[in-house]
Amino acid sequence: MTSPIIQTEKLCHTYSAGTPFEHRALIDVDFRAYPGELLGIIGHTGSGKSTLIQHLNGLLKPTSGRVLVEDRDIWESKAATRQARFRVGLVFQYPEYQLFEETVYKDISFGPRNMGLDEKEIDRRVRQAAAFVGLPDKVLDQSPFELSGGQKRRVAIAGVIAMEPAVLILDEPTAGLDPIGVAQIMDNIRDYHAAKNAAIIVISHSMEEMARRVDRLVVVNDGRIPLDGSPREVFAHRAELEAMGLGVPRMTRVFQRLKALGADVDSSVYTVEQAKEAFLSAFRRKGAM
Amino acid sequence: MALKDITLGQYFPGDTLLHRLDPRTKILLAVFYIVALFMARNALGYALLALSLIVAILISRVGFQAVFRGMKPVFFIVVFTAVLNLVYTPGAGEPLVAFWIVRIYWEGVRTAFFMVLRIMLLITCTFLLTYTTSPILLTDALETLLGPLKRLRIPVHELAMMMSIALRFIPTLIEETDKIMSAQKARGADFESGNLLQRAKALIPLLVPLFISAFRRADELAVAMECRCYHGGEGRTRMRQLRYVGRDYAALVLGLGLCIAVWALNRLGVF
Repeated sequence: MTSPIIQTEKLCHTYSAGTPFEHRALIDVDFRAYPGELLGIIGHTGSGKSTLIQHLNGLLKPTSGRVLVEDRDIWESKAATRQARFRVGLVFQYPEYQLFEETVYKDISFGPRNMGLDEKEIDRRVRQAAAFVGLPDKVLDQSPFELSGGQKRRVAIAGVIAMEPAVLILDEPTAGLDPIGVAQIMDNIRDYHAAKNAAIIVISHSMEEMARRVDRLVVVNDGRIPLDGSPREVFAHRAELEAMGLGVPRMTRVFQRLKALGADVDSSVYTVEQAKEAFLSAFRRKGAM
Repeated sequence: MALKDITLGQYFPGDTLLHRLDPRTKILLAVFYIVALFMARNALGYALLALSLIVAILISRVGFQAVFRGMKPVFFIVVFTAVLNLVYTPGAGEPLVAFWIVRIYWEGVRTAFFMVLRIMLLITCTFLLTYTTSPILLTDALETLLGPLKRLRIPVHELAMMMSIALRFIPTLIEETDKIMSAQKARGADFESGNLLQRAKALIPLLVPLFISAFRRADELAVAMECRCYHGGEGRTRMRQLRYVGRDYAALVLGLGLCIAVWALNRLGVF
């Protein structure tokens, strides 16, 4: 197997250590992400998933343990931490609230400018990032505050994509958007993934959305990673997931119920397409009998 | 993040006698205490005041640690006052220390000591008030206590409402600042290095979104208040009525007693 692009070793994080409010948010977490993979992180509110991702680009310092980006400890030196910020792009929840510049163009160029690139390279990156998220050229000279909510979010995502990170982490990128907005953002992310072969880490609590789009799922609960594998493997642990307050996609629920009722179907499906296939193959088997 | 650790009149929930006192009583007690503090002229008076405050802290169970933690930000002022008083108080007798242009007299030491004690007691007393009273109750109490000023056309209700809204949003804005800072750091913003001008410039990506979100919140709050037919203080009743009970009268008598005791002790003239 290829070596991971991000890796944590026995990562622990304790908030407000030594006060009555002490809270252990992460406990001995060994997390890995590989180049070019689409990875989903799920966990309910307060499970530690936000704390985990803020360690991956050095926004939070581990209480103990190490974080390696491209086999380098990001806390080894100041330069390494700064480098990690650019190699690992992090898009926060509701990123539109971080916009501040007079024009969309200037806002997207904030990241590349901080990297110390020359004007020509900045211009190339801004235009490319805008294209990735489907922003037309005329928007670039507008104020970001005149745009619609969905467009603002795309500007904010472009602001991170413009740094051309090797790993792109998005925290609930589709929260509060309508279905069309959701599909657009997810397509934009996939385009970036395809074009740059970047690793994409998406955080969500929508099982349906995650199941359809990721190669691997990591479940975070109470500061640990109890489940890690392909969606099919993870959703097989329905009872555990439900105990964590997470649940499985609707299709999995339907098929597990059918199986329990005695139907001869594959109960590991999790998307509508797979459900269709499972039904058809079940009918074929029946027809052949 | 260090931002979250700020104690700014932080309320310590509890159910002690001090927590249960009517907030108006507590404000008045604090006023009595401050008056007594400024009347005190000798060690006996200060000792009595310090002792009563220690008893109050013990009753409130907020712990001395919390009280001292609150003292940290004013440490500089305390030291500054002490030094000024020490050096600039003229004395009658021989100076205790004399070098260069500095002359320290016995009177200076005495004034500096009492001044520091006075400031510390003053701050501790007000801290104790905010530690044991929730901000909402505090503004309610202020509104009723300042009620008579309405006759002078001072918008007391509006001022109290502004104060409670401001208090309510301090933690929210701190959290928001934290979040925006993280987001901009993720884009390579640097808030920690560079000279003063560079640092001030680095704040723009933080301040612009912060202001915008504060305005947005203000707008939303205004709409939410109007939806519930808020139209100012005229004829407005309260869900929680403030009512004095026996312990409040007892506490007020005690507070008044403290003032009288300090006045009496001044006559004794020790030190």
